[in-house]
Amino acid sequence: MPEHAALPPAMARHAAPVAPGSQCVELRRLNHAVARSIRTLSGLGVLFVLAPFVFHGEFQITFLTLALYVTLLGVAWNMLGGFAGQYSFGHAIFFGVGAYAAAIVQVQGGLNAWFGWVAGMCLGGLAGAAVGAVSFRYGLRGSYFALVTLAIAEVCRIIANSISITGAGVGMMIPLQPGLAHLQFAGKLGYYYWILAMVTVALALSSWVRHSRFGAALAAVRDNEESARALGIDATALKVMASALSGALMASAGVFYLQYFHYIDPTLVFGPAVSVQALLAAIVGGLGSVLGPLIGAIALAVLNEIGAHLFGGIPEFSMVLYGILLILIVRFMPHGLARGVAPLVRRLRGASGRREDTAGA
Amino acid sequence: MNRAEPLLEINGLASGYGPIGILRAITLSVRAGEIVALLGSNGAGKSTLIRTLCGLLTPSAGSICWLGRDIAGASSQSIVAAGLVQVPEGRRIFPNLSVQDNLLLGSYRRGRAARQANLAAVIERFPRLGERARQAAGTLSGGEQQMLAIARALMAEPRLLILDEPSLGLSPKMVDTLFELISQLHRQGLAILLVEQHVAQSLALASRAYVLENGAMAFSGTPAQLLASDQLRRAYLGV
Repeated sequence: MPEHAALPPAMARHAAPVAPGSQCVELRRLNHAVARSIRTLSGLGVLFVLAPFVFHGEFQITFLTLALYVTLLGVAWNMLGGFAGQYSFGHAIFFGVGAYAAAIVQVQGGLNAWFGWVAGMCLGGLAGAAVGAVSFRYGLRGSYFALVTLAIAEVCRIIANSISITGAGVGMMIPLQPGLAHLQFAGKLGYYYWILAMVTVALALSSWVRHSRFGAALAAVRDNEESARALGIDATALKVMASALSGALMASAGVFYLQYFHYIDPTLVFGPAVSVQALLAAIVGGLGSVLGPLIGAIALAVLNEIGAHLFGGIPEFSMVLYGILLILIVRFMPHGLARGVAPLVRRLRGASGRREDTAGA
Repeated sequence: MNRAEPLLEINGLASGYGPIGILRAITLSVRAGEIVALLGSNGAGKSTLIRTLCGLLTPSAGSICWLGRDIAGASSQSIVAAGLVQVPEGRRIFPNLSVQDNLLLGSYRRGRAARQANLAAVIERFPRLGERARQAAGTLSGGEQQMLAIARALMAEPRLLILDEPSLGLSPKMVDTLFELISQLHRQGLAILLVEQHVAQSLALASRAYVLENGAMAFSGTPAQLLASDQLRRAYLGV
């Protein structure tokens, strides 16, 4: 194998005889990957932008809106759980921080909802960085990290339940002021396009992470942290960054929830239901894939409707269906629906670089 | 570069996992451009020593001087950036990433131009890896994976390359190829600290050897001295 005598890289640094051929290898691949995902995402974007013209009933719009909202939860969770391999059971932390920050800015601060959105995202990102820094600095992983996030979410719920700035157990209601200036919409369609815009940005961010050096390093840390560290990769810093991104996305979903329902309380935003929805969408759809959370969220939304139709009398019955779905997925499709349903996607993503020109994600 | 100049000088090093001490009073040095063999039976502390050198474990006592600077307790990323790079035992490539991504991660901390230059140089040295650049690394054969692990370490622009049992699990033919590669790297001026079970082949390449026993240095000297000492041969090498 090592027949060719070449300068070791230590010397190549000085001599630097760059072979133009291999230099292009990396560039070409990145361009392909990026072009491919831009094509896929814009195609999907157009479909979703046009969808309300076909499915214009109130029920259909609400269905699509909530599916996109769960997608955003899943994309946020996937950023840390899928790309960095750190499974959180308490992503409601960031959701709640975002929702409460936006509500406090509007109600207590009397400021505009847009400012609340920005504040919510920033605080959510900070909370993500803080939770990540505290956990990863001390080497928490696997089930320990899951338990710590679960516990922090519960602590947040209890704090929100007891202090006055969050309205304690009564919760908070934001003033009803329909209009884009206040991020409230008279009809359902406004919310639909808002969440669509957020999901599009979140998916684009995901796609960038997946194909970037940052994403490759995250995957290396996920697959073998010690080996990554031995290469000089700062595993802790990378995981903290992923956690911050994840927190910011989760927080913007929290802001959406606030603006959509106008009301939050500690259990609604810090309770386990949000965390479970986020991780289910990502795991059911496909951990670490860009479009997985979208597919997972649509599957959950469909299941939810089926549950409501068949067992409408039993509240929260969809949770039972979710549980069954999770068991089936983990047992029969551990890579999620994205790969189970569309093996094409897998082939494109896999080893062969020959089929790059076919569309896929 | 002055060949006598020590790259790495370890003095009185003690290390281990938490309160459990494994290494005691370790002294070792590697000069620029030389191959040093580190031998010892399983459990003697070789991997612990390497993990400590690379910043994955924090030493409890002693000094690790790298290019005249004490790096004991420094972060693994700053140690790698300074040119002390290991190829961990058992290869530890990233199976789900492409061969190319594995390689590029070796140069993670370098600028784009340096990454590309390193990639070009490494692919020229290992044409096989170039052919399989886009394949998932997990699909490579064991020998190719070891070459990838070494190539990835070369991407980090090492001045001293630490190879931890690189021949583990390789076919005899592949072991020969591996030792040929090591001697080639050596001829090109790279210093190498070689931890190996293939004692005879390692000693043939090395200019000096150390033997670790139960966490302490039991021998240091030239391969000839080591081979001449019957006791050492019987006790540690089984040759």
